[in-house]
Amino acid sequence: MQYISILIAAIFAHNIALRYFLGWCPLVSQSKKLSSAWGMGVAVTLVMTITSAVNWPVYHFLLVPYGLEYLQYIAFIIVIASTVQVLEMVIERFFPSLYTTMGVFLPLITVNCAILGVSLFMILRDYTLLTGIVYALGSGIGWSVAIVSLASIREKLRFSDVPKPLQGPGITMLIAGIMAFAFLGFSGMVGIK
Amino acid sequence: MNKTKDLFMAGLWEDNPVFRQMLGLCITLAITNKVANGVTMGVAVFFVLTASSFVVSLIGDTVPRRVRIPVFMLVIATFVTLVYIFLQAFFMPLSQALGAYVGLIITNCIILGRLESFSSENSPWDSLVDAAGVATGFAFALIAMSVVRELLGFGTLFGIQVMGPSWTPWVSMILAPGGFLVLGLLIWVQRAISPVEEE
Repeated sequence: MQYISILIAAIFAHNIALRYFLGWCPLVSQSKKLSSAWGMGVAVTLVMTITSAVNWPVYHFLLVPYGLEYLQYIAFIIVIASTVQVLEMVIERFFPSLYTTMGVFLPLITVNCAILGVSLFMILRDYTLLTGIVYALGSGIGWSVAIVSLASIREKLRFSDVPKPLQGPGITMLIAGIMAFAFLGFSGMVGIK
Repeated sequence: MNKTKDLFMAGLWEDNPVFRQMLGLCITLAITNKVANGVTMGVAVFFVLTASSFVVSLIGDTVPRRVRIPVFMLVIATFVTLVYIFLQAFFMPLSQALGAYVGLIITNCIILGRLESFSSENSPWDSLVDAAGVATGFAFALIAMSVVRELLGFGTLFGIQVMGPSWTPWVSMILAPGGFLVLGLLIWVQRAISPVEEE
């Protein structure tokens, strides 16, 4: 039961993009088209779940026993960068068709702060391994919900008459603000410890 | 000398990392509800960006292409760890206020972007100037955002009451939506003052 509530909370009430502002560089640059928004969303969810599953044991079995917690940033970033690199090679080798659609998004993910952010939050909030993985999965889905809805709105926006200096990133931020108001409404639904 | 000034000013205004290139948004949105946080983050990023630019401009040619990004990330992570330890030692309350976002400087795309596109191919001096300009531009954006948000959201600046007792704080300004709305409006203002040509 608690896993379900963590999952729901991570998707809606504690949405990583709209509540914690993580992963906004790709959210702005990749939300112009719905298809690339989907690709990015899937890639982020995948990498986020894998890296949290690796980072948890790295932190608790490698860093903590030796008192090396201050090296967490460096350790996590190595895990993330190498996971992305390995994943890219695996997909390129075994799923060439998937690589052509998703491959371009993978290198971008190394610098997606949402990935590192989820690992850091997981440590900060003292999750167990399983809770951490569920939280990462939920955050990935929540991030995808945010980018896909943003892309859908932006595709419609092409037909509206937006003032010139506000076009592009400016109006995207205003839309995100309104979406964030909407997501605030979920906060009463379910909490996160 | 002129080139130095141009490089610096480009980072500060015409190519401002936040308002123009839409980079480093996570930090910009997340920690700008108080001016003190904005200033701290601005200084921290300034240090990390200039230091890692300098290092990368020295080692840029020797790093094989395929492992560039991981190597650059390691350089950045090292300096961020220094900042994190420094803040914990001397500015504990600020360190707690910024929380996980100090660590997220590592994945701040401004830094990796400058390293990748500029420092790895330019001389150490130019890299330093470029980094200083971009970092100042970032700090400028952070401070502009946090002044608006703290003033409207708390009625204070640096924690000092400015708006008078009758002021009703706009709570939404310090919550998530306010960050997006203020950033959207500031982008509008910046682009209205110096329009974007190609878009």
